[in-house]
Amino acid sequence: MIEAKNLNLFYGTFQALNDISMKVPEKSVTALIGPSGCGKSTFLRTFNRMNDLIPGVKIEGEVIVDDMNVYEKGVDVDNLRKRVGMVFQKPNPFAKSIFENVAYGLRVNGVNDEKLIKQTVEESLKQAALWDEVKDNLKKSAYAISGGQQQRLCIARALAVEPTVLLMDEPASALDPISTSKIEELIHELKKKYTILIVTHNMQQAARVSDHTAFFYMGSLVEFDETKTIFTHPVKQQTQNYVTGRFG
Amino acid sequence: MKLSTKKKIYQGIAFNLFRLMSGILVVVLISILSFIVVRGIGVISWDFITKMPEDGMTKGGIYPAIIGTLCLVAGSMLFAFPVGVLSGIYIHEFVKDNWFKRFVKLMTNNLAGVPSIVFGLFGMSLFVNTLGFGDSIIAGSLTLGLLALPVIIRTTEESLKSIDNVFREGSYALGATKIQTIRRVVLPLAMPNIITGFILSIGRVSGETAPILFTVAAYFLPKLPSSIFDQVMALPYHLYVLSTSGTDMEASRNMAYGTALVLIIIVLLLNLIANFTRSYLSKKVKH
Amino acid sequence: MKKIFEKVIEGILMLSGTVTTLTVLLIIFFLFKEGIGLFGKSPTEEGFTVAVNRENPVNELSTDQIKNIFDQNIHNWNEVGGNNDSIILFRMDDLFNYYTEEELAGIDTNMNLLTSKIDEVIDKNKGIIAFISSKEIPQNPNSKLIHIKAIGLGSFFGGKEWFPTAQPVAQFGVYPLLMGTLWVSLLAILIALPFGLATAVYMAEIASPGVRSVLKPVIELLAGIPSVVYGFFGLIVVVPLVQQIFALPVGETGLTGSIILAIMALPTIITVAEDAIRGTPRSVKEASLALGASQWQTIYRITIPYASSGITAAVILGIGRAIGETMAVLMVTGNAAVVPHSILEPMRTIPATIAAELGEAAKGSLHYDALFALGCILFIITMIVNLTVQMISGKRTRNKLR
Repeated sequence: MIEAKNLNLFYGTFQALNDISMKVPEKSVTALIGPSGCGKSTFLRTFNRMNDLIPGVKIEGEVIVDDMNVYEKGVDVDNLRKRVGMVFQKPNPFAKSIFENVAYGLRVNGVNDEKLIKQTVEESLKQAALWDEVKDNLKKSAYAISGGQQQRLCIARALAVEPTVLLMDEPASALDPISTSKIEELIHELKKKYTILIVTHNMQQAARVSDHTAFFYMGSLVEFDETKTIFTHPVKQQTQNYVTGRFG
Repeated sequence: MKLSTKKKIYQGIAFNLFRLMSGILVVVLISILSFIVVRGIGVISWDFITKMPEDGMTKGGIYPAIIGTLCLVAGSMLFAFPVGVLSGIYIHEFVKDNWFKRFVKLMTNNLAGVPSIVFGLFGMSLFVNTLGFGDSIIAGSLTLGLLALPVIIRTTEESLKSIDNVFREGSYALGATKIQTIRRVVLPLAMPNIITGFILSIGRVSGETAPILFTVAAYFLPKLPSSIFDQVMALPYHLYVLSTSGTDMEASRNMAYGTALVLIIIVLLLNLIANFTRSYLSKKVKH
Repeated sequence: MKKIFEKVIEGILMLSGTVTTLTVLLIIFFLFKEGIGLFGKSPTEEGFTVAVNRENPVNELSTDQIKNIFDQNIHNWNEVGGNNDSIILFRMDDLFNYYTEEELAGIDTNMNLLTSKIDEVIDKNKGIIAFISSKEIPQNPNSKLIHIKAIGLGSFFGGKEWFPTAQPVAQFGVYPLLMGTLWVSLLAILIALPFGLATAVYMAEIASPGVRSVLKPVIELLAGIPSVVYGFFGLIVVVPLVQQIFALPVGETGLTGSIILAIMALPTIITVAEDAIRGTPRSVKEASLALGASQWQTIYRITIPYASSGITAAVILGIGRAIGETMAVLMVTGNAAVVPHSILEPMRTIPATIAAELGEAAKGSLHYDALFALGCILFIITMIVNLTVQMISGKRTRNKLR
């Protein structure tokens, strides 16, 4: 169960998120849409406290992951990030082999059992639908595979540490259409096991992959409902304008 | 032990170790500076700066060395600044990105890496002997100028690179030629950074000893230079002489502290001025 | 009119653009022109020569052998391939040991008398080796000139002794200087490396902007302090300290030089390494953190490996700076031109040798040429260092583009 309660976020004096409350349904895909600068990426990054890295950030309110407020004092951020996986806009594999990329999360979290690591790497790559393509080249550099494969590698890397939640920040925006459709298929598979939050610019993609959709505008959550409702019968005029492309 | 605690402990140890080592660096710098300031501050006076050395350089002042260093700085910059800036402009604005540009850049970087004593050898061979200047201000200035060239060229290039192409295009769109555009639009914008590089290279030049050892520097001269073909004393060489080969090392120790402090003050001042011009002039250009 | 003016300006610009290339080429030309003069020449002082008895089968000696003969390390001709005769040394002054003053009366003005007397001595002593002025070469068939092997690359780089003013033959062995340079520079880098890398990582990844804004000018200042000032500080503070701590007869040692050089090489290492560490893409670091890695794990598992080529470049550049540094090293290392056995001995580096001796070497003399040859070595070493660094950083930009 993940949830935001009365969440406010400031960059210095600029308020980037404005009193957001939202319950994200478990084991399903929730899409965050909205124009650039609406705060959707910032909101996504509050769930694994990635915004902490930006100097001058101030956060009020609560973000609940697994029945715990992640902004409470004394929360182990490293552990939180292990439970909340993240996939980034552009594929960002490490300058290591394919195998070591997936094994990385295990190693930094104290797993030493090579047999277990091997097994987990294989499972993760299978889950990410990449195993068949790379199983003979696990020692190859991660930079040697295509962009689409790299992105699936990054997903496998996130899955290896067995998160419950998966955050995806425009995961297909840097990919070609074929790779994009592969990622979307994968998201369909993954929602059986994981709660997925995905930020996207691409309305069709949101319609294709998500069960619920949240529309953000100027740092506020305008509307949150089932995807088919948002795309066909939105309550708010702003949402209607955005999804029909009459926005701005 | 819990994994997260272990990770925190490792991180704590590592970060504090790094903090400590950076701290040691600051302590080293401060102790060098304060050592020389504390011992030298009592020596510095109006007389110290304006009097000739007396009693085998154990008393009096360092006036001729100051004048000598001024001559060398002026001479070297007179040569290196225009040539360096022109060279930077040529490399950045005129040469297309081809092998020639890469080669010229390679050579500039190589020149920057040549040890200063090799500049000394070269200056002696070319300016002192082959061109027949003898040990003179002109030979020393040219040698120092060559040493400062790569620094000036690189800062010029960097500052030109940082100027957005819209300024150039805007000027071209009004029918200005390339040279006009560079002179009236690009250079004024690049000036603050170029000046900063200029000031820092003055600092470098005024502290160099090895290149002037055999091209200009004199152990002791009873009078000031009267032409560019005269030898001069220079601050860094004077400090070297006072601390390793003076007539009476114990007695001239104070003079050495004073000279070292003067050198440090020069570097400090130039650094301050450079930082000031960087921030002040660039603000002024923007508004 | 305007066109011509612009063409002229462009010409001037182009001329200035080639100035560094021209300078590098001129440096190579002048350095090597003088440096090459050392080779293929006989290492005896000009106007002097070495002669032996006519019947001595030895025709040629190396500089090393001559030195050992005159240092009385070799006592018998059979040690250098001759007969079993013990060696008798003869210098000009020794003439008075063979003749009374009366017999030598008027010798200052009478060249013929001098020549004949020397020849007589050489004739009488089968094992003699005479170091004499070439004007006094006896025309008499009783003596013969020894051919001294010319200075070659082998004896230059392999020679274990640097003694340019030695008689009868100067010794130009670079080996001790090369070793001194390497020992002092490499130890300096060993000292500087942990501090340099730690500070670079600290500034790039850990320090708050406030702390960084203090550290940055500190490092710029360290870079700006003239090397004589470092040398002076070393002489007055570090030299006595080293002497006391290790209970040495003198504090001017290789270690002292290394400590000062380490401080001087730090700004280079820190600046270049920090730039490299900052070059690690943010997204890669975030990916590591998002997997639950701590900041420190991210630094040593992701950031540092990613920046490794830049860090290597920083280290090599630091070594280059240390090898070329002159004044500070000259002032604190003690300058003994011997092959080092311990870092606590006085040592002499190549740049320090040039700085210390060029003032005394007459232009065009062998000594002068030898110092330029040292300059050539230094130039070649720094060239290699620069090219390596540029190759590494060139590779880095290509990797980034991919």
